[in-house]
Amino acid sequence: MEKIEVQASSLLASQPIVNDFSIAFGTINGSGSQTANTTLLRALFRMGIPVSGKNIFPSNIQGQPTWYTIRLSKDGFLARRETTEIVVSMNQATLTQDMERLLPGGVLFYPDELRQILIREDIVAYPMPVKKLSKESDVPPNLRDYIANMVYVGVVAEMLGIDLDKIHEALVFHFKGKQKPVDSNFNVVKAAAEWSAANLEKRDPYRVEPMEATQGCILTDGNTAAALGAIYGGIQFAAWYPITPASSLAEALNDYLPILRKDPVTGKATYAVVQAEDELAAIGMAIGAGWAGLRSMTSTSGPGLSLMTEYAGLAYYAEVPLVIWDVQRVGPSTGLPTRTAQGDLTVVKSLGHGDSQHVILLPATVSECFEFGWKAFDIAEHLQTPVFVLSDLDLGMNEWMSPPFDYPDRPMDRGKVLWEKDIEKLGCDWGRYKDIDGDGIPYRTIPGNRHPKSAYFARGTGHDENAHYSEDPEIWEKNLARLVQKFQTAKNVVPPPYLDLVQGAEVGIITFGSAEPAVIEARALLANAGIKSDYMRIRAIPFPDDVEVFLRKHDRNYVVEMNRDGQLNQILCQEIPDKAASLISIAHLDGLPLTAGWVENAIRSYEEEK
Amino acid sequence: MAEPSIASNQRVQVNAIGLSRADYRGSPSTLCQGCGHNSIASQIVSACYDLNLIPENIIKFSGIGCSSKSPTYFLSRSFGFNGLHGRMPSLALGALFADTSLKGIGISGDGDTASIGIGQFKHLVRRNLPLVYIVENNGVYGLTKGQFSATAERGLSLKKQGTNPYLPVDIAMEALASNATFVARSFAGDPKQVKELIKAAFSHNGIAVLDIISPCVTFNNQDRTLHSYTWGKDHESPLHELSFIPARDEIMVEDFETGTTKEVTLHDGSMVILKKLASDYDPTSRWEALRMLEEAQANDWLVTGLIYVDPVKPSLFELYDLPTTPLNRMGEEQLRPKRETMAEINALMC
Repeated sequence: MEKIEVQASSLLASQPIVNDFSIAFGTINGSGSQTANTTLLRALFRMGIPVSGKNIFPSNIQGQPTWYTIRLSKDGFLARRETTEIVVSMNQATLTQDMERLLPGGVLFYPDELRQILIREDIVAYPMPVKKLSKESDVPPNLRDYIANMVYVGVVAEMLGIDLDKIHEALVFHFKGKQKPVDSNFNVVKAAAEWSAANLEKRDPYRVEPMEATQGCILTDGNTAAALGAIYGGIQFAAWYPITPASSLAEALNDYLPILRKDPVTGKATYAVVQAEDELAAIGMAIGAGWAGLRSMTSTSGPGLSLMTEYAGLAYYAEVPLVIWDVQRVGPSTGLPTRTAQGDLTVVKSLGHGDSQHVILLPATVSECFEFGWKAFDIAEHLQTPVFVLSDLDLGMNEWMSPPFDYPDRPMDRGKVLWEKDIEKLGCDWGRYKDIDGDGIPYRTIPGNRHPKSAYFARGTGHDENAHYSEDPEIWEKNLARLVQKFQTAKNVVPPPYLDLVQGAEVGIITFGSAEPAVIEARALLANAGIKSDYMRIRAIPFPDDVEVFLRKHDRNYVVEMNRDGQLNQILCQEIPDKAASLISIAHLDGLPLTAGWVENAIRSYEEEK
Repeated sequence: MAEPSIASNQRVQVNAIGLSRADYRGSPSTLCQGCGHNSIASQIVSACYDLNLIPENIIKFSGIGCSSKSPTYFLSRSFGFNGLHGRMPSLALGALFADTSLKGIGISGDGDTASIGIGQFKHLVRRNLPLVYIVENNGVYGLTKGQFSATAERGLSLKKQGTNPYLPVDIAMEALASNATFVARSFAGDPKQVKELIKAAFSHNGIAVLDIISPCVTFNNQDRTLHSYTWGKDHESPLHELSFIPARDEIMVEDFETGTTKEVTLHDGSMVILKKLASDYDPTSRWEALRMLEEAQANDWLVTGLIYVDPVKPSLFELYDLPTTPLNRMGEEQLRPKRETMAEINALMC
């Protein structure tokens, strides 16, 4: 094979750059690169360095270009960055494009068999003998392509100073301790690292050094966290239909339920999971189970949510508790099915025809995915209504460092349920939709209740306080007014916003969900530029009173979100109309997570124009 | 727990658990006078009374349409849920997981099952959920005033709709194709057979599909059409004379002439005795069932009776390792993993 000699520029930086740069990996999907990338991510995490990893992947099984980026940030910033200092390009088709992304002085790692390469002169390039080293490995030829990615793990580890013991630990983690794959992969890593030490001369400034910034932390994805949260919340029934990026949530239920939820005495399952024929059937099953007294949920993404619309309306009006996780992706229609967005807020808020209002929880971190995983059941059963939890692809599928999960800090809230003895005690007839307590929340009975007065007939058609069919105009209006009152009650049941108020701040910045990391970093950049900001991250709809209080503090409230139309901004304008003039929409959607630079620029340009 | 609603000093006939027929009734029907669905509702009442079922142990389900309104016309003391058009199967499946000791009965129509709901219907059938699934089949949409449904025969002419150009869906055949474990067809004008089939269906451990031709007296009751009383009476061709024997009753074999009957033992030990009529029909052969339906269609027969039964195939719930305590009676103690597991889970994520 002809080897192309490349003239790498000798940019020897005077100052080493430690634990503060990004690495992008350009690979071909289906080649097993995800193992290599997450191994590096976990090794860095185990070295105590704050890291975040993002998978930018195509809607395809094999053969298309895919990218993964790892950001190391000694200051703990986890947002995506637009530029990158290091590129590992394993894909001939995208090498030129990958190289373009590099900042001047950046570093390129590439397989030495790639042809016709014009290396930029303002970067450092390291060829890697990928073919040679994978051929020399002990794995069977059909697995060689998969192991090839371990070559770059070894070279990058050697050149940046990543501890090989930590790589080994990460492989043990990945392969769940299975000796054979760990050894095969690690042997390639070791060989590649040894080859680099002997053959490559370090000519770039980028280095890693151990820190102690991840001690006690965990590294996991939002979908796993959500599933575990649901399990600690006592989930009993889940129905789902496969859809990216939500599938891994239901799959995590299937992974962890058998471990955590066997009855200690009988060894039997205290749950059931059903893969339905479509999303409408999935929510139908979940509604049946929720109505019949089970902690019930479904998980989906935009197209599935559209399909669930009719049943969501029924659940709202029939007052059935259930939890719906929407791991958002880019729509409309099939859209960008493997890219992230926060575009379902307005549709979910009133999902269903007619007047409906839904309770929405908005987690921003994996620990909040866990927390809202269990809390959502308490809220749904307390309010007797569907609760939507809006995550997204970035939060749900990427791995995030996080404080460990906290065990639920309160007993389960099963809501106002009447069993046989409760009806006996009442001594009189009860009414399924009667507001006894003035909070808009009625009492309910559950099938299986053997008291002769327990049964009622649930329906989506007009019904009176006793659940009897009714087309009476007054009864209709009164019942719908009670549901508004219940929604008011919800304000004090849902999680309040997260607030960070700063002395002397003139502007407010508002966001929700996974837009947070970019906003946190942008606030730091803005503060450096002399713009102090108060911060509010909204965690639920309906808005608790704190939201309005925050808006009143500032003449300018920037609402940062990841969609085209500024959906949170629209809802804030609607709900708090007399502060609408203070709201400025900072909305953006291209399928990639927001970056701090974009948020900072958008806010600064407004601030400079004012 | 069964409590008769009528004082015992009154002379009211009661069944073995002390309940009167009134304890199984529902609200007065609001369907048209003479609607086949009303006759089916009274046979449900009768069947539950005869079977000594406790009303609180039954859940009713329905979709949308005239048929789907009927669950309020029987079993007032049972819980019920009237769901979406064509999407009752999913609702029933989720709900019945909550307490598998409850018996489910779902009432659907031909529009609800064969048109908008064919997908959920077939998936429910293949999952073998224990549920009595009655299709009140009249070939038209009643509530929206007389449009063709998917079971209407080709060439049927209706006021305002013209002539139906499409071939019909055969619900029994669809059920068989989806591996149903109990398929029957009957005619609302044959109440005795309807009742015996409902009783057998309640004893079946799995999906029991009953396709009951139930004439729509308002929109589709012309003498020569398939879903009319007259046509049904003239063309009904029962496969057998059918009797249901509950598990606890002693079977008096001499009641039946030896050699002319076939017995099928259901999951709970009860038995269906099929007395041979004109032809010898074996309802345990799926192949025979399909062949018979094909033949009936070609000859314009309304063949009624127990078309197919497989009493041993496991039900949906047997595929799940569920405890005997109903899931919906479990509390935090059973449902929330212990505090000490949290640290172990966190350790898995490092």
